[in-house]
Amino acid sequence: MSSVAFVIIAILTLAAALAAATLQKLMHAALSFAATLVGVAALFFLLGAEFVGLVLIFVYIGAVAVLIVFTILLTRRDVGKDRGANWSGALLAIGVFGGLMWAILKTQSVAIVAPHIRSISVKRIGEALMTSYVWPLQCVGLLLTAALIGALVLVMEEKR
Amino acid sequence: MINESIDGFLHPDVSKSVDQIFVSAKQWLLSWLTAAPGWVLQIASSLINICALLFVFLTLFALMSVLERKILGRIQNRYGPNRVGPFGLLQPVADGIKMLIKEDIVPARADKIVHFLAPILIAAAAILALAVIPYGRNMTPFTIDGGILFFFAVGSTTELAVFMAGWGSNNKFSMLGAMRAIAQMISYELPLIITVLPVVMVVGSLTPDRIVAAQGEYTYGVVPRWFVFTPWGAAAFILFFVSGLVESNRTPFDVPEGESEIVAGHMTEYSGFKYATFFMAEYIGMFAITGLAVTLFLGGWHSPAPALEFIPSYVWFFAKLSVLLFVYIWLRGTLPRTRVDQIMNFAWKFILPMSFACVIAAAVWHYAGRGLRGWLWSFFVIAIVYTALSMLLDTQRKFAPRVYRFAE
Repeated sequence: MSSVAFVIIAILTLAAALAAATLQKLMHAALSFAATLVGVAALFFLLGAEFVGLVLIFVYIGAVAVLIVFTILLTRRDVGKDRGANWSGALLAIGVFGGLMWAILKTQSVAIVAPHIRSISVKRIGEALMTSYVWPLQCVGLLLTAALIGALVLVMEEKR
Repeated sequence: MINESIDGFLHPDVSKSVDQIFVSAKQWLLSWLTAAPGWVLQIASSLINICALLFVFLTLFALMSVLERKILGRIQNRYGPNRVGPFGLLQPVADGIKMLIKEDIVPARADKIVHFLAPILIAAAAILALAVIPYGRNMTPFTIDGGILFFFAVGSTTELAVFMAGWGSNNKFSMLGAMRAIAQMISYELPLIITVLPVVMVVGSLTPDRIVAAQGEYTYGVVPRWFVFTPWGAAAFILFFVSGLVESNRTPFDVPEGESEIVAGHMTEYSGFKYATFFMAEYIGMFAITGLAVTLFLGGWHSPAPALEFIPSYVWFFAKLSVLLFVYIWLRGTLPRTRVDQIMNFAWKFILPMSFACVIAAAVWHYAGRGLRGWLWSFFVIAIVYTALSMLLDTQRKFAPRVYRFAE
């Protein structure tokens, strides 16, 4: 059952990713990208990592996708113009893909059989974040607070 | 569990079986499939849950739409709908048929696919959010470890759907409405989540069932341990309720679809059944957020007194839900629409600091022993922050002739 679900989700995710890369209209591509992320979240759900899947939807659909969509809306005006194939981009993509594949195949962890864990509870993630990873967590918090204050300063009404 | 304090109205066994009647009904339906493989059983179980959920909440939506008009009518000193059926109760049926047979108009320059997908996505997100709320004892349709997180994760996809509606329509009113809706949704999602944090902290779980279970007992055998009866809980509940009001675009905060300014906001170019879908999604979203408020602060399906535990748990849940929904209608009938800048200022300058104060007050309550001392200390924290914020935000403005400012 789960392998059937995996195949369906994988096909949908890949189709959405392909659409995101090839669609003519930028807005359609952005929305397909959001659909890809839903597919990835579904894969996490299938693996029993519900927390990661939920956070993926929360952060990427709720925030990042909206941000991308707004960026397109507020900046681009050349919607629908075909600018031909972008060869340097394709070369870069192939390079990144090749590098990642090389790194993945070289690691030992692919060969290790994963221990069978039913699902990782939110409580365990919380405990790990609050004990072993408390400093990275604090650093991220500080960074995000700085970003928030920076955004506020940028949009603050100037007093004349 | 139902204890011995149930008195003579009903026999405990009868009361228990009435309480579990829907659970038993589901078990009975599933017992027909015992021979089937596990995955068929799983799918059948989910389908039963989905059908029950849709039936209950679409009925509630129909009922709510007519009751809202009736109550608004009463508030505005008129009758409201009273022609179709007894007391106008069949009005939603008439409305539904009207919406179904209306022509579906899609603007010629609209983005057809996006325009079509937006109402579907928005309704799906609203309905999914209903799945994690415990409606009664053993009556959570979708039990998941991080149920609260699921609720907000699903809710956050609404923003994208609203954007799709606004952008797909290719209409400036739609786009402006969508921008307004997204701006206020993002602003109020933050306090909405932060006011949930104290409850999650105190219970130590993101599972709605555990949160409800933590509110099940009675202090001194009389006062239920609902979180709304603690100072931080009361403050968080009010903040959550107001933020929920904004999230569901209800009247004091309905600038995204303010008729006098931008026609109908992101729904301007929708007609017929698609418009009805938006309308339905808005109401379902409202049910979901009030349902979560009941779960988090008002003790979920627990009864308010030990002597009343013979009444089934789901009755209590829907009674509390109805009270909150009535307050929604009441506010709609009473308050005028706020301005966009007022809503934003309110979110960032008042509600957000207050919700942080709730988190601190909950921590104080916990470390002062969760008793009377903790109660007083956390009340002190809330009172201090509230007074400080009120003094800081007081503009000292007197009533004066209105000064208009225009865009330069």
